[in-house]
Amino acid sequence: MSQTQGAYYVPHGSPWPIVGSVSLTLIVLGGVNLIQSKGDSGLILFGLGAIVLTVMLFGWFGAVINESIAGSYNEQVDRSFRISMAWFIFSEVMFFAAFFGTLFYARVLSVPWLGGEGDGAWTNALLWPGFESIWPSNGPENVGGAFDTIGAWGIPAINTAILLTSGVTITWAHHALKADKRLQLIVGLAATVALGFYFLYLQVAEYIHAYQDLNLTLNSGIFGSTFFMLTGFHGFHVTLGALMLTIILLRCIRGHFSSNDHFAFEAVAWYWHFVDVVWLGLFVVVYWI
Amino acid sequence: MSTAITHEEEHHEDLTGWRRWVFATNHKDIGTMYLWFSFAMFLLGGAFALVIRAELFVPGLQLVEPDFFNQMTTMHGLIMVFGAVMPATVGMANWMVPLMIGAPDMALPRMNNWSFWILPFAFSLLVSTFFMEGGAPAFGWTFYAPLSTTFAPSTTDFFIFGVHLMGFSSIMGSINIIATILNLRAPGMTLMKLPLFVWTWLITAFLLIAVMPVLAGAVTMMLMDRNFGTSFFDAAGGGDPVLFQHVFWFFGHPEVYIMILPAFGIVSQIIPTFARKPLFGYASMVYAVAAIAFLSFIVWAHHMFAVGMPVAGELYFMYATTLIAIPTGVKVFNWVATMWRGAMTFETPMLFAIAFVVLFTIGGLSGLMLGVAPADKQYHDTYFVVAHFHYVLVTGAVFALMAGTYYWLPKWTGYMYDERLGKIHFWISTISVNVLFFPMHFSGLAGMPRRIPDYAVQFADWNFLSSVGGFVFGFSQLLFFYIVIKAIRGGEPATNRVWEGAEGLEWTLSSPPPHHSFTVPPEVR
Repeated sequence: MSQTQGAYYVPHGSPWPIVGSVSLTLIVLGGVNLIQSKGDSGLILFGLGAIVLTVMLFGWFGAVINESIAGSYNEQVDRSFRISMAWFIFSEVMFFAAFFGTLFYARVLSVPWLGGEGDGAWTNALLWPGFESIWPSNGPENVGGAFDTIGAWGIPAINTAILLTSGVTITWAHHALKADKRLQLIVGLAATVALGFYFLYLQVAEYIHAYQDLNLTLNSGIFGSTFFMLTGFHGFHVTLGALMLTIILLRCIRGHFSSNDHFAFEAVAWYWHFVDVVWLGLFVVVYWI
Repeated sequence: MSTAITHEEEHHEDLTGWRRWVFATNHKDIGTMYLWFSFAMFLLGGAFALVIRAELFVPGLQLVEPDFFNQMTTMHGLIMVFGAVMPATVGMANWMVPLMIGAPDMALPRMNNWSFWILPFAFSLLVSTFFMEGGAPAFGWTFYAPLSTTFAPSTTDFFIFGVHLMGFSSIMGSINIIATILNLRAPGMTLMKLPLFVWTWLITAFLLIAVMPVLAGAVTMMLMDRNFGTSFFDAAGGGDPVLFQHVFWFFGHPEVYIMILPAFGIVSQIIPTFARKPLFGYASMVYAVAAIAFLSFIVWAHHMFAVGMPVAGELYFMYATTLIAIPTGVKVFNWVATMWRGAMTFETPMLFAIAFVVLFTIGGLSGLMLGVAPADKQYHDTYFVVAHFHYVLVTGAVFALMAGTYYWLPKWTGYMYDERLGKIHFWISTISVNVLFFPMHFSGLAGMPRRIPDYAVQFADWNFLSSVGGFVFGFSQLLFFYIVIKAIRGGEPATNRVWEGAEGLEWTLSSPPPHHSFTVPPEVR
């Protein structure tokens, strides 16, 4: 089903994209039904979509891996992959930028305005007299009730250390790969995966603590909204990154990649560093200051 | 740049039947699907527009309920922006970028397929809301909170996920275009030799990757506010409905350039061909597009002058906005200068391109008026705004797309279109579109609000005229459909060059081009 067109590889038809579209549609239909609590149909559709998506990912990436092993890709194809991954990460940066922007807007503008600053004097006097602008805030109507926040120097600081360490271990693994030291590669990568999942474990523990002991929930006004949106989407990306690292680890154990041909490894490493940098931003503006 | 490519013997096992389209990896097939999809959406969105114009034919409520009218204005906007104009420009990029830069195909052909095949599913989700309880989205294509959060029907969740899917499609398509342009150019095709259409798409793709994720963030926050009790757009919890507008327009303003920059590119290809002169000021054209793209990120709140921003903010956004007139002026000047003392002929693509230059400039000038904050407080949410963005999007983007279709149709099909019918289509469209949109300037300045199914009798005459123009313009597009079908089915065979004054790699290939456009990369001087 494929042909090498000159030296630039042009695949000759693929069933996987349409399978991907069907899976996304099933996930969306199931997702809406789940959100709106319309019985079991949501769960069934969503689960079915997730299964089809998994099949698609294995099928599509499997095809790409086989072509790569068969030597279909030249340097130019490799460069296309690199350019694409870099721009994909840029799109992710912009996705997080929307939520960081929301946090800054709330802290610098909307909450102070509700407290009477700037043009907000009449809003404050007529709608919510007595509301004082402070951060963290759940708004003038104390939405969700009183809550406590999570201090920066407990779990978040430990998580920062974990992610920074994982950045070191993956770099170690990368150097080992380039030097053909397979054992070091596997140990470094396994350490990265372990650190990634340990981060997630601590993050879940932190969420449970927030919900059970601190009354800090999604309903806790703008603080709860931005806190869980930013940390939640970050955690989701760590999950994806850790899963991708796991796949790469399994491939390394199977003997994939060579010292000069390992784009997939590098792409996941870039992604992991991106997730790491987002966390540093989170640690500073969500937990610390 | 391309490494040297040796041509191996082709072993075609071309897919046939439905597999050719559903499993497609060929840039021309995928481009064709994009173009047909966008034309279908153009007719659907146009049908919604005709419902609007029929209701506004005379004052009073005649044909539809106000809520259904709101569904029509909302879906007309969403379908035309995301379903018609954007996919049409992507379709042209798919077809023309590899031909123009001397590439065998797009950089990532399978992802190219996925970019397209998400769209039919996404729009099926969106349109299916018409048949659900609560009806289709009725809060305007800008879906401001709290209309889209607190007061919207449950079908809005389908709209939200539909937008997510369109975002995936746009981002993947844009990544592909950037990778193709940066990595698959023929030897010698340096960046400053790229045809302007390729340049405009390179910059458009950058804009898309930068702002579609922000739109995804906006609708995700909507989803959370609607279903999970967050307070992003709710002042009671410390959020702000105005925040929605900021996030939306941070996407929305670059979005309008996403629709118009490829149109600039198409017109910049056509005018030199029929003026038989090279494009005047090529480098300044490139820099102007880049400048417009940069400015598009720092002017968004000029859509929100009436919302109650601090005065310093209004002044900043006003000055920044009016700055856009400078690079845009450079472009209009260069198009006119290209025609100056050229050996001009007026085939249909050229007619549409010239109409584009004149009518887009009218839309640009009304945009300048709207960019002035104190004046905008009068024009805000009136038909003057409607007139403005329809001049830039219909007589701007859509006219450029029609120009591009006539220009490249012989290359795509191998046959010349019917020139006489093309000219008839041009004149009917150009006259009727002005009858449709020009009176909206007057009704708007007189104070007629947009998105309203009924209006005061003083606006009756202008609305009557607009509706007549709207129906003529709408039905004249069926002639366009007929002309395209006729050219596909046969006619005078097209030469490789097609147009006497055409320059560029795409004209060195046969019409239609071979299956894998450039199997051996051409040498560019």
